[in-house]
Amino acid sequence: MSFRKYLVLIGVAVFAASGDSMLSQGMKQTGNVSLQHLSTLIAAVLNPWVAIGILLLLAFFAAYMNALSWADLTYVLPASSLGYVLLALIARFALHEHVSVSRWAGIALISGGVGFVAGGPAFTAVEQGEARPAISGLGGLHDGTKPGHDEGRAASSGAES
Amino acid sequence: MTLFSTASVYTWAAVLAVAVASVVGDVLLSRAMKQVGDVNDLWRHRGVRTVMSQTLGNPNFFAGVTAMALAFFSLLFALSWGDVSLVGPAAASLTFIGNAFAAKIFLHEKVDRRRWIAAVLVAAGVALLAG
Repeated sequence: MSFRKYLVLIGVAVFAASGDSMLSQGMKQTGNVSLQHLSTLIAAVLNPWVAIGILLLLAFFAAYMNALSWADLTYVLPASSLGYVLLALIARFALHEHVSVSRWAGIALISGGVGFVAGGPAFTAVEQGEARPAISGLGGLHDGTKPGHDEGRAASSGAES
Repeated sequence: MTLFSTASVYTWAAVLAVAVASVVGDVLLSRAMKQVGDVNDLWRHRGVRTVMSQTLGNPNFFAGVTAMALAFFSLLFALSWGDVSLVGPAAASLTFIGNAFAAKIFLHEKVDRRRWIAAVLVAAGVALLAG
């Protein structure tokens, strides 16, 4: 997998975590929003924290769509959950908040889960006979992360030995 | 909040609605982006306009965003009935597990043992972290 693709996955996690925390910070300042008083909603959107949070979440969505265009859903989702781990680490080491034992356990579980998936191929759908839609006129644009590449190699090398 | 009060039935129904809508949204968005193809390649060879028009013009993308919007509003309802410490982690965990099933069934992803373990670990981790 190319460096650029790792950057996209990191972007998914970082933008989601930072966007959520900006929104949360902003909404604590603006207070409750109700449908009866739409002016409160406008005030909330004009809050700088909320505005930055929305921009970051748009960046998250762009990175998420980019990742889904070349990787499985079950590959991208665990990667995006690293954002939760990032938030807890920021809370502990930058904001010096108390992080409970159960939260550390949660961090360990998520990190373990991401490690499990990261060791495997990013894209697998083709192996069940579903051809990956080709972009017309872009034939042969392989980058080594093509579906089934790694597993095919592993299987053939196993047969030889 | 007791487990079987009327409020909790509403809360759990809303949590389930959030998870189902999120899973439907994720599956549709994933399918849309697989149809568009690797956007980095597309961008390099056809330009950003093609990426935008192919993505925004994809019916699955539109349906996926609609499902995500439904999930968001269901979450607002769930939060108005239940505690954030229950609703947040419950919905996120159910979405992770649901996505593993849905990706296998609808997207034909090869969800091997490695990925099942990951889905369960991440779901449990999210529940612990947010709880």
